Amino acid sequence: MQEHNLFPTFSEESLIALTVNGSHYEKLVPARLLLSDFLRHDLRLTGTHVGCEHGVCGCCTVLLNGEAVRACLMLAVQADGMAITTIEGMAGTNSELHPIQQAFLEKHGLQCGFCTPGIIISVHAMLHENPDPTEEEIRHGLSGNLCRCTGYQNIVEAVKLAAERLRAAQKEED
Amino acid sequence: MKPPRFQYCAPRVLDEALALLDLHKDDCKVLAGGQSLIPLLNMRLANPAYVIDINHIAELHYIEAEDGYLAVGATVRQRQVEHALLVQEQHPILREVIKHIGHMQIRNRGTVVGSIAHADPAAELPALLTCLNGEVIIASVQGERVLKAEEFFTGYLSTAIEPGELVTEVRFPWMAPQAGWAFLECARRSGDYALVGVIAVLTPALNDTCMDAHIGYLGIAGQPLRARAVENAIIGSRLDEQVVSRAAEIAANLVTDDMEDVHATVAYRRALTSEYTKRTLKAAWERREQRKGTA
Repeated sequence: MQEHNLFPTFSEESLIALTVNGSHYEKLVPARLLLSDFLRHDLRLTGTHVGCEHGVCGCCTVLLNGEAVRACLMLAVQADGMAITTIEGMAGTNSELHPIQQAFLEKHGLQCGFCTPGIIISVHAMLHENPDPTEEEIRHGLSGNLCRCTGYQNIVEAVKLAAERLRAAQKEED
Repeated sequence: MKPPRFQYCAPRVLDEALALLDLHKDDCKVLAGGQSLIPLLNMRLANPAYVIDINHIAELHYIEAEDGYLAVGATVRQRQVEHALLVQEQHPILREVIKHIGHMQIRNRGTVVGSIAHADPAAELPALLTCLNGEVIIASVQGERVLKAEEFFTGYLSTAIEPGELVTEVRFPWMAPQAGWAFLECARRSGDYALVGVIAVLTPALNDTCMDAHIGYLGIAGQPLRARAVENAIIGSRLDEQVVSRAAEIAANLVTDDMEDVHATVAYRRALTSEYTKRTLKAAWERREQRKGTA
């Protein structure tokens, strides 16, 4: 390996620095550690749920630099230098619920709650991109998250209510 | 499910990545979007000693309009292509096809080139690249080679990539401006791998017969397919009912006998292939007329 001294080298663990829900962390992590496990085990942010661990169920969805991604399909080392938002980062500082969370509460958009963190995060990304979605667009936007309890009806209702309130809040701001 | 142990490295320069790949050859996996590799690691279906993460190689991040084709570099996310103005305006079928890949959360990470290199016969992009007669650029420490899609895909999840090589770019040829195009697929649930998918790009001549046809399939054989027999059945015609039915019949027979799984029997896949061929050909041909009308 002498001749490759200037090259980056392989290792089984790396030091990463990242921001999660506004807090800065520096941690030494094994290369094989999934971002989902890093969040849950290392940072004790257990709101990010782990369902299928191969990208199908959507329970582990987090925001990575503002985009919704599967935390189980990323290595923690890949999040080096990035900003992550998990479900724990959604509520306000006085722990008042985010308008999306409040809408899910009011419209009964959850039953067992296992899929809810991933859905809230996905809806957040969806409404950021499209503040006024049609019902079809809402259903399409939810298609990357599985819920086995609700039958989705109340989730769709909750998203409609959340979208309405977020639009109203945006108008007030403008 | 946790990935097995491996050594990780994230070079920032292509030459470094190629040197590292050359050093470890067979023991090495390239990580780009990770939407296929990480599940394979999680399920321990892949067990590489070394993982080279190419996401930090800035020189591989580009979408460019070239003479004859759209070039997409190895670290460009599917969603970036989907949203790129250049693609929306000049390569509408690429955008349409990408919208059918997995879900938004997957496309935010998954790369266009990664999907090509993974070579799933039920995936959308390998079928599109094959259908359009696109090219794949493969680099190694020895240099670069360019392969046509049909040379690149060699079988189920198999490609012409040799140990030590990296796919750096794929090239999607432009469609003729007067061409009509369509993509339809049948999937049980939104975002699932399709049972069958059909892509058609039909170019009309001045006398409004079909002068050129590119027709591709996903999910009907062990690798993505360009169906020249179906193309030949419609070239020179005006796509009347009889011609389309005949083309659909030919298409149904392209479904190989081993395409039987828990999701669909061979007979069902043939029925789907026939019906979706008809619908796709009609939709593509109709789009050609719309363009003519607005020109």
